[in-house]
Amino acid sequence: MEGQFKDGIAGGRLAPAQYAENFSDLHPPLDHHEALVEADRCYFCYDAPCMQACPTSIDIPMFIRQIATGNPLGSAKTIFDQNILGGMCARVCPTETLCEEACVREAAEGKPVQIGRLQRYATDAAMGAAKQFYARAEPTGRKVAVVGAGPAGLAAAHRLARHGHDVTIFEARPKAGGLNEYGIAAYKSTDDFAQAEIDYVTAIGGIRTENGKALGRDFHLSELTALHDAVFLGMGLAGVNALRADGEEAEGVENAVDFIATLRQARDLTALPVGRRVVVIGGGMTAIDAAVQSKLLGAEEVTVCYRRGQEHMNASEFEQELAASNGVVLRHWLRPRRVIAEDGRAVAIELEYTALKDGRLAGTGETLTLQADQIFKAIGQSFSSSALNGSGPTITLEGGRIKVDAEGRTSLPGVWAGGDCIFGGDDLTVSAVAQGRDAAESINRALA
Amino acid sequence: MADIRNDFVGIKSPNPFWLASAPPTDKAYNVERAFKAGWGGVVWKTLGEEGPPVVNVNGPRYGAIWGADRRLLGFNNIELITDRDLYVNLREMKQVKMNWPDRALVASIMVPCAEESWKAILPLVEETGADGIELNFGCPHGMSERGMGAAVGQVPEYIEMVVRWCKQYTRMPVITKLTPNITDIRKPARAARAGGTDAVSLINTINSITSVDLDNFSPEPSIDGRGSHGGYCGPAVKPIAMNMVAEIARDPETRGLPISGIGGITTWRDAAEFMALGAGNVQVCTAAMTYGFKIVQEMIAGLENWMDEKGHRSLDDIVGRATPNVTDWQYLNLNYVAKAHIDQDACIKCGRCHIACEDTSHQAITSMVDGVRHFEVMEEECVGCNLCVNVCPVEGCITMEPLAAGALDKRTGQPVSPAYANWTTHPNNPATKVAAE
Repeated sequence: MEGQFKDGIAGGRLAPAQYAENFSDLHPPLDHHEALVEADRCYFCYDAPCMQACPTSIDIPMFIRQIATGNPLGSAKTIFDQNILGGMCARVCPTETLCEEACVREAAEGKPVQIGRLQRYATDAAMGAAKQFYARAEPTGRKVAVVGAGPAGLAAAHRLARHGHDVTIFEARPKAGGLNEYGIAAYKSTDDFAQAEIDYVTAIGGIRTENGKALGRDFHLSELTALHDAVFLGMGLAGVNALRADGEEAEGVENAVDFIATLRQARDLTALPVGRRVVVIGGGMTAIDAAVQSKLLGAEEVTVCYRRGQEHMNASEFEQELAASNGVVLRHWLRPRRVIAEDGRAVAIELEYTALKDGRLAGTGETLTLQADQIFKAIGQSFSSSALNGSGPTITLEGGRIKVDAEGRTSLPGVWAGGDCIFGGDDLTVSAVAQGRDAAESINRALA
Repeated sequence: MADIRNDFVGIKSPNPFWLASAPPTDKAYNVERAFKAGWGGVVWKTLGEEGPPVVNVNGPRYGAIWGADRRLLGFNNIELITDRDLYVNLREMKQVKMNWPDRALVASIMVPCAEESWKAILPLVEETGADGIELNFGCPHGMSERGMGAAVGQVPEYIEMVVRWCKQYTRMPVITKLTPNITDIRKPARAARAGGTDAVSLINTINSITSVDLDNFSPEPSIDGRGSHGGYCGPAVKPIAMNMVAEIARDPETRGLPISGIGGITTWRDAAEFMALGAGNVQVCTAAMTYGFKIVQEMIAGLENWMDEKGHRSLDDIVGRATPNVTDWQYLNLNYVAKAHIDQDACIKCGRCHIACEDTSHQAITSMVDGVRHFEVMEEECVGCNLCVNVCPVEGCITMEPLAAGALDKRTGQPVSPAYANWTTHPNNPATKVAAE
């Protein structure tokens, strides 16, 4: 059997032209007319619920009004004032659980204003015109190190640069962008947008990026604090939670985040191998992203297995529907028990049904075996604190992640943190941007 | 089933919906299409004197303003009267009237303000079999610069004079079309009546500039970088037109004078409102120019449905029903107290009522109650101004609820008086007509 029905993990499952179609923009940009029609739907609410629901508190009614009145660049500035990564957030935010869920037209008609797509319209206009809204303040001579060039680090770097500080970003990976570059489904960030956005953000000047420099491997925190006036940690989560199932070391059992990163970096998707039968373990956005993209790469069967019920899934309803409409099967109340391998290669996975007993999740003893030549682990990522250790005073952790105060200050003087690596985060790009921005303001106040 | 047949100064039509004298009635082709669609009558595009016809600009002749979703709210034009030969028009009118004997066909006329000119054209029009004539004293652009249209309509003496000529030289009913570009619409209406007019029609269009091109600073519609005021019409002018209709309907000197209502009529409801204020029928233009002739079918069905629901059997049952309720401010009942009420089930929590009241009115609507976003009227602050009702995007969500006599008005701390009392008797009125003791 060839193509979709080829057993094992293989590339070229689809006709070449199919790949481009499958990985095209999930939400294509609004054209001028569409944007005006949509902008007209905004009621310009008082103390708008959408704005309250936005982690970066973008003045949404104002930016939409600016689109409606023919001022898309002014609209973009309204967005960037609060969220310099407004372009990416317009693409990847789960708006259906944030601004658009709060939109009064969702309450009124079940059809919120398409805030995300309008935000993209405005930010695309500004970025397309290479319009820069911010100039650096007079150089302060202060040096700030930012660890991690993801959303938190980039937002912090931009705000620090605006205040005139000299910023150096240390990024462990070969390219900047963090999850914008290596995570997130390809159909949400097409045309190398993550890199275009980094260029746009760093164009303000005063930001130097050193790629391939990892904390704990290439330098230590104590060196950073010694050489800089402040340090911002935004290194995200490096660890992946284990299945805790027998045989998970078998070939074919992979981290969903690695699969997504490989896919995002692939120059030629037609060659990218994927299983004929794929099982994804998990219930969040990463699980959905891995499952849908497996399907789009030509996997015949893709099943997401989640250990709790549909109502407990972290993936939004929209994401679940997206998966279903792409032919992904979503199964609930199942947890992995054993990976079944032949010659060291996964061929199936045995799962156990679960149920809530007295509020606690427990196996029922009943099992189900699904054929699977590729199994993705998407049951969450963890913060690896090892990079921080052995280099001086220890940063206080909470819940396995860095503990920060309301301004993003860690327990170490002169060290701030934000994004997924801190405790209390919600694993959202937009929240990381807010934390990076606010930490930068705190740093700026501290350096004043 | 309601009977919506219309008899307007003896001109009969199957319904009260006429197309106004305007581009849609400029030639047989359009009028035939209009009658096929169901229009009760047309006022043919204004005829001018025999001889070389007027010429129009060869660039944009219309301008507009829009609401949300680019709904056309206001429209203007700098088009002149018909630019086709008089005899072509007359020939077509005659043929159309023969084809559609049950429909009203009225000729709009504008010739120089000289007796000979009117005397010359009237027999020609009469020969077409037209049911009546409408004197165009309203066109505010172009023709007025040549001493016609609004230039006549703005001088009551001229109106009276021309109407008198027309009544003298034709047996056809005379409808005098008035311009709103005056300070008191009653004056030209009185003049028309003094001249013997059978009816007035109003309003014609309003002097206007719809927009300015901010690249070349030309008014719109722009002709080679320059613009001229045009005649404004469409939904935006309806309130102005209705007031003028009501003013004439309730003026003792013109009371009973038949009125053909014109100005922004777009739906059956608009038409019913005009008629309730005293219009015997209505004329429509902008709505047809926006949506095509088919809209008349909604107007007919909607009017019939409403009349059936309310038990109105014929148009006579509705014409002028609202006229007695139009009064001067000084006669409004100051003891009437209403308070806004927000239906919490219908409220979508946009907060516009709150911010409008908070920023620009009486600080009478909450935004937060017990830490929860909640919009509610504080009756002790509410003056019943209706602003919240008008800015609320959900129809019927905020309503004005009158307080019953005897109920406590929390704002004043006084019970609502059952008595009618107006400004003329109010103690604060220095000119009060009744002694205070």
